[in-house]
Amino acid sequence: MNMNPQGETLPNNDSDVVVSVRIRVARNLAGFPFTGRASDTQRQEVLQMVTRAPLGGAFPDGLAWVNMNQASLQERQLLVERHLVSKHFAESALPRALGLGHNEELGVMVNEEDHLRIQSILPGFRLNEAFALARSFDQALEETVDFAFHQRWGYLTACPTNVGSGIRLGAMLHLPALRYSGEIERVKRAAKDLHLAVRGYYGEGTDAIGNFYQVSNQVTLGASEEELLQHFRDEVIPKLVDYERTARQMLLEKNRPLIEDKVYRARATLKVARLLGAEEATKLLSTLRFGIATGLLHNLSVERVEQLLLQVQPAHLAQLDPFAAEEEMGRLSRANLVRRSLGDYTEGSPEI
Amino acid sequence: MKCDHCDKPAVVHEVLIQNGKKIEMHLCAEHATAKGYILPTVPVTQILQQFAAAGKSIKAQKASAKRCEACGLTFAEFRQTGRFGCAGCYDSFMPSVAAIIERAQSGAVSHRGRTPKRIEGQADRAAIRRQLIKEIEAAVAAEQYERAASLQGRLHQLGLVQKPPTEPLP
Ligand SMILES: [Zn+2]
Ligand SMILES: [Zn+2]
Repeated sequence: MNMNPQGETLPNNDSDVVVSVRIRVARNLAGFPFTGRASDTQRQEVLQMVTRAPLGGAFPDGLAWVNMNQASLQERQLLVERHLVSKHFAESALPRALGLGHNEELGVMVNEEDHLRIQSILPGFRLNEAFALARSFDQALEETVDFAFHQRWGYLTACPTNVGSGIRLGAMLHLPALRYSGEIERVKRAAKDLHLAVRGYYGEGTDAIGNFYQVSNQVTLGASEEELLQHFRDEVIPKLVDYERTARQMLLEKNRPLIEDKVYRARATLKVARLLGAEEATKLLSTLRFGIATGLLHNLSVERVEQLLLQVQPAHLAQLDPFAAEEEMGRLSRANLVRRSLGDYTEGSPEI
Repeated sequence: MKCDHCDKPAVVHEVLIQNGKKIEMHLCAEHATAKGYILPTVPVTQILQQFAAAGKSIKAQKASAKRCEACGLTFAEFRQTGRFGCAGCYDSFMPSVAAIIERAQSGAVSHRGRTPKRIEGQADRAAIRRQLIKEIEAAVAAEQYERAASLQGRLHQLGLVQKPPTEPLP
């Protein structure tokens, strides 16, 4: 349990640094070409087989299936913002579906680059739980369908970088101190030596908006699932978490006014802004998150900031306020939402 | 620059000071890995470009025209996208596949994780055994002992090792 100087407790699971964890398992059905090479008829067959497969006791109610071809642009964007689907999957035109289970902690993409991308995403450093959840779906499905498997290469995938266990372990880390202190590039290089991929907020080729970084293993072959998990859970992530915490301590010791200035300005801006863009809001909320984790801000929880971080994204905002779908209205609506949520909202009257 | 131990190009260059003497060391990827150096992971597209660059030789041209019997994908098409067309491609494009995977996977040569309860293709176990043994022999000949051990491990894991005949006690 982390205690900030005021004695307020932060939620467990290393959530001062670890925003969320994700396990992704790639699988393909035996007897069908991979998605990219399959005919539309075969893709439909894959869809039918997966969505109709009995899952047994672990999933008594099955999964809720979303037909991606019937989902609106806004709905698909919403799924991207929740990190439940890849951008590539959201924008594809192929027959495809998303299965959701366990309160959206489990997501199954059908007809991504591989027939199946089983994902489990949990807030905080709960890697074991995420691993168990993804695995339980993998195993439930394997009772009734045959996955493409090779004696030497293991589970086969469209891209040779995923072959073997087909498992990718990921963590979304909040690394503002490493960024402010200029150490992030060194950490990125070190991560590369550890065979890790470091990506931005929405995965490959995206920016680390708000100093959120996705870290994941690059090697999927030659180690057992448990070994991969153990290495990532007990060595890789603790090391990175430790770097960030040390950097935070150093910054507070040496540059406290600078950090206070950043954090309090962010809070002030969020409390008075009348127009807010999604990226600006993300950056400012990220700074609030940092302020809470370092004990500079009170009366505000990481959970509330996390919730806001999601709600200020364009598709989420448009869901709360249909007029916000238009960009200018969105900026207005976003600023109102944030002010209301941070408790300083009074209609029309400037409070500062 | 060539590797100190073989003719392959060196990728690791180190200057060490030992007993007050400067020692230069140049190692290829395989010898560097064998000595415990961790090489940065090379992105698949880059590996494929290396294959493309090597594509001038007749042998390489033949390889790129090679077609997977199961799905019709050519090796040249694979090189463009970095994606295989079907499970069969993994066998159709040997031995290039082994080289590509080993590089993409930081030198791992075979799966060591879970095996599904019901596996198809039990029939090609003999072929896999022959292939693995061939590669073990090649690895030993090239003094790539770690690689040989890893391949040997897979052979054991698959239950493909034939027990030596028990010798009668003296
Ligand atoms: Zn060498
Ligand atoms: Zn094929």
